[in-house]
Amino acid sequence: MESVVKGSGMNRDLVRKMALAAAGFALAAGGLAGAAHAQRDPAYDAARESGKVGEKMDGYLGIVGASTPELQRMVNDINIKRRAVYAQKAQTANATLEEYALTAGCIAIARTAPGEKYQAPDGSWQTRTSAPPQRDSRCPA
Amino acid sequence: MQGNATAWKRAIRSLPLVVAGLMTLAGCISVEAPDKPIVIELNINIRQEVIYRLAEDAGNTIEENADIF
Repeated sequence: MESVVKGSGMNRDLVRKMALAAAGFALAAGGLAGAAHAQRDPAYDAARESGKVGEKMDGYLGIVGASTPELQRMVNDINIKRRAVYAQKAQTANATLEEYALTAGCIAIARTAPGEKYQAPDGSWQTRTSAPPQRDSRCPA
Repeated sequence: MQGNATAWKRAIRSLPLVVAGLMTLAGCISVEAPDKPIVIELNINIRQEVIYRLAEDAGNTIEENADIF
């Protein structure tokens, strides 16, 4: 009788340890999935690098040269996702969607790599060099 | 009679001035095409302090969503 009780106590301990281990694995797997998700699609990366797409002042992606249906679809897809993120974050930050998007545009332009395209305050497309980009006067340093 | 004629002459002589004056007035309400291209500045109502307040948050958002930025 006593041994059965002891045995069940050990079983409970084992179950708890296994549950903890499973939770640990789940967290690790989630972290890996998150890291994989956080990378740009190769087609998007290539379009940025070749200057087919650029960062606009308003916080969205723009097509720089000639548009193709494929390129348009990719840009629309990214911009819809960006808009959803902006809307959610703007609400949390008690700001408007446009305010949040413009701020993100400032930062996205500042973070462009040399060779990538961005929109200057006059609306023209510029190629990023190692020098700071031309940005809206309201953009933070 | 002679004074009246002088007054008429004076009136006729001043007519170009009156016409010129009217043309100037007409010029005041005419719409002239701007010599510089019209630049439509988007989001002109967004103030700098709002952007500064949101900057850190927006920077984190870009990092968290690196796949779409």
